[in-house]
Amino acid sequence: MSTDFSKDPILVEGNKTFKEIDDAIVAPLDRMPDIRFFIALGVTLTLLAIGAYALYVSLISGTGEWGNNNPVGWAWPIVNFVFWVGIGHAGTLISAILFLFRQRWRNGIARFAEAMTIFAVITAMIFPIIHTGRPWMAVVYLLPYPNQHNLWVNFTSPLLWDVFAVSTYFTVSFVFWYVGLIPDFAVLRDRATTKVKKVIYSIFSLGWRFSNRHWKHYEMVYLILAGLATPLVLSVHTIVSFDFAVSIIPGWHTTIFPPYFVAGAIFSGFAMVQNALIVIRKVFDMKELIPMKTLETMNKIIMLTGLMVGYAYSMEFFIAWYSGSQPESFTFLNRAMGPYWWAYWIMFSCNVFIPQLFWSKKIRSSIIPMFIIAMFVNVGMWFERFVITVTSLSRDYLPSSWAYFKPTMIDFGLLLGSFGLFFTLVLLFVRFLPAISIPEIKAVSEGSQPSHHGGH
Amino acid sequence: MNKKLYALTAIFNSPDDIIHAAEKVSGEGYENFDVNTPYPIHGMDPAMKLKPSRLGYFTIVIGLFFMSLMAYFMYWVQTIDYGQVIGGKPMFALPSYVPILFEITILTGAVLTVKIMIGFFFKFPNNAHPIHDSEYAKITSSDGFGILIESDDPKFNEEEINSMFKDLGSKKIGKIYFDESEITHKNNPFDFKFIIGLFVIAGITSLSVYLHMNKLLYIAPFNWMEVQDRGDVFEESDFASFADLGMTMRMPVEGTVPRGFIPYQFGKYEKDAAGKALVNPYTADSTNLELGKRKFLTHCSHCHGDNGHGDSRLKGIYPPGPDLRMDLYKGYNDGVLYHIITKGGAIMPAHESQITRKERWAIVNYIRVLQNTESATQETSSEDDDDMWGDDDESGDDEDMWGDEEESGDDEDMWGDE
Repeated sequence: MSTDFSKDPILVEGNKTFKEIDDAIVAPLDRMPDIRFFIALGVTLTLLAIGAYALYVSLISGTGEWGNNNPVGWAWPIVNFVFWVGIGHAGTLISAILFLFRQRWRNGIARFAEAMTIFAVITAMIFPIIHTGRPWMAVVYLLPYPNQHNLWVNFTSPLLWDVFAVSTYFTVSFVFWYVGLIPDFAVLRDRATTKVKKVIYSIFSLGWRFSNRHWKHYEMVYLILAGLATPLVLSVHTIVSFDFAVSIIPGWHTTIFPPYFVAGAIFSGFAMVQNALIVIRKVFDMKELIPMKTLETMNKIIMLTGLMVGYAYSMEFFIAWYSGSQPESFTFLNRAMGPYWWAYWIMFSCNVFIPQLFWSKKIRSSIIPMFIIAMFVNVGMWFERFVITVTSLSRDYLPSSWAYFKPTMIDFGLLLGSFGLFFTLVLLFVRFLPAISIPEIKAVSEGSQPSHHGGH
Repeated sequence: MNKKLYALTAIFNSPDDIIHAAEKVSGEGYENFDVNTPYPIHGMDPAMKLKPSRLGYFTIVIGLFFMSLMAYFMYWVQTIDYGQVIGGKPMFALPSYVPILFEITILTGAVLTVKIMIGFFFKFPNNAHPIHDSEYAKITSSDGFGILIESDDPKFNEEEINSMFKDLGSKKIGKIYFDESEITHKNNPFDFKFIIGLFVIAGITSLSVYLHMNKLLYIAPFNWMEVQDRGDVFEESDFASFADLGMTMRMPVEGTVPRGFIPYQFGKYEKDAAGKALVNPYTADSTNLELGKRKFLTHCSHCHGDNGHGDSRLKGIYPPGPDLRMDLYKGYNDGVLYHIITKGGAIMPAHESQITRKERWAIVNYIRVLQNTESATQETSSEDDDDMWGDDDESGDDEDMWGDEEESGDDEDMWGDE
């Protein structure tokens, strides 16, 4: 082994000066993006338009346009909701949990991952709202709002817990993200060359002046927010899993759900962040700010969480047998060998078998293989939610009410549209805001900290 | 130049130098000084002799305060304001409140801590600070490490500070002045633009509150039973009006007949013809009257009263049904009463779809019994009335509200004509 573990790994390659770091990060904001950007934007806007049309049809004709049937009342909207909320979790994990663990390699990707959290949660929130059937009345259904009928929401329902969890998650992530952006806006303000830019950045930077008397509080707030966001991110997917686990449907009513969902969320979120980062890094020439080392570490986390998910799959099977409960055992055999066997095995291979390739250092540090593996993980995690939601509902206790669920074209349209919305927001974010936190990346570049204070 | 001096500044090249400078400046006893660096530097707080930030205390107090408030709110909603037993849990189901309490703690703790930091600790937004747009600010936001000593420091002395900065090895020493226009600027509350601005803000606020409460989130308050916020089957509906035909359901194919349907030959307004043609096929034996009583109590009594006295249980909410003992109704033959039950009256809905033919005739028989026992009292049922619907005084008041006998007499015509 030639690695010297007594030295910090180099987190910013190419020995950049601070000025060069500024230039590299701000460059995509200042220049007209090239043709690759507009091609990408064209693709995502097309997907978004497909989704908008599907949404229009769903609103005009109602939820009957979807494949949802009786007993599979939850179907794709809830599958998509859980999938997108899960995607968001990686962002908070990177920005908050890895911050608390002092994982300094996260500084280069934290801003981007946080932005992905926000966009993923926005995308996710659409689905339960349209699934209510009359989204224009959603405020009345979802919030304890003092109305003319003196009706209140049911605070003991997991579905309402979800409302609180997801909206809190969105708000806190947004605040965390904005607090992180304030110094970046100040950098942009001081670099601004036109009057319009100057005014906009002055407003958003709030007058930040890099004073150490401010940094003191700022760092404390960042720590507090990280400390609050850490239990928050664990609670959000726990509560999402309560939507299932608090019911009595076989295959849902299990105590393993909260940790299993959280691990799955981080798993899929990291895969999505990794995919998007590879593209952004290539398109906007940020190879030195997001070094291979960072991507490799992310792949290790993908493999770890993939193993946790694989453990959960196996443990579910074991408990179904061990509990001696006939509906439970049936449900799990039905998942693996029933009418949805193909979905189950897509899920299992994409989530458990394929990530094992990351044991090889060569694979986890070369771009094309890791990109493909992460894509498989995303597919697999979407199918995981599909398997959980649809197989349990389609065959529950009463054989006479069993039914096979088939999605419609409108369902597909909404799914494509959700990807369109998410990636459109990601592209616009990278175009208009600094995708890497300038102070954070400076703080981990070489020679940025005083030598006689512990030598961080 | 009689510009007012804000501070003397010095810029250093490396984090080591700036830590050293900060230690020196704070060691010399300067108080109003500041260090500006493009990112937070480890060890700067002790070098500047700053105390650790106290923001964490705000977070815990705020979080716990709003958590308690939310706990009380949920308790109030589910126990006091509108108590309901859900899923067999107690009304105050603390374990089920835990997820929401947790989320509220995090939400308020995080958002308000940030607000306090920005608003109270930083006094932001503040784009009028003298260092903005200075050369010094542009360097320290990018790649320089700056220190400044403000002119209002008690120990402020330009020459001493300049020589100290030189000794520390600063690469660039400078001065920042207050912006003349910013310090001489006085806000005039009667400024035309300001007044207009206030009006615009007031207008936008009231308009948005109005639109939120009265349009976006409006639910019609409970009015009459017949005025309901719902889509009626086969009728044009607000909810579905943008759908295919603006209907909640499509009309069945013409000529469709429900299973077991026997047509009723008389229209709603052919009461007299029905009276002539229809004959009660059932005798009023005890079984039939039992059935009639049960169906009367189920389908008729909420408006006509348990004994047909017109003492509606829905008084004040829905117009009461008339007293069935009136001569008009005594005068109707069985066929007419049957017709009214079947097709409905002035505001009485048709019961064709709810009550079978046999039951309708049984109700007619039971009404006859009620009409012929007007002087008798049913002890049990009047006691029930008292228990359920308040004492006699109250029902007396209600009678006044809803009209005495003469008014019922007026109603008579209305009902008769139909």
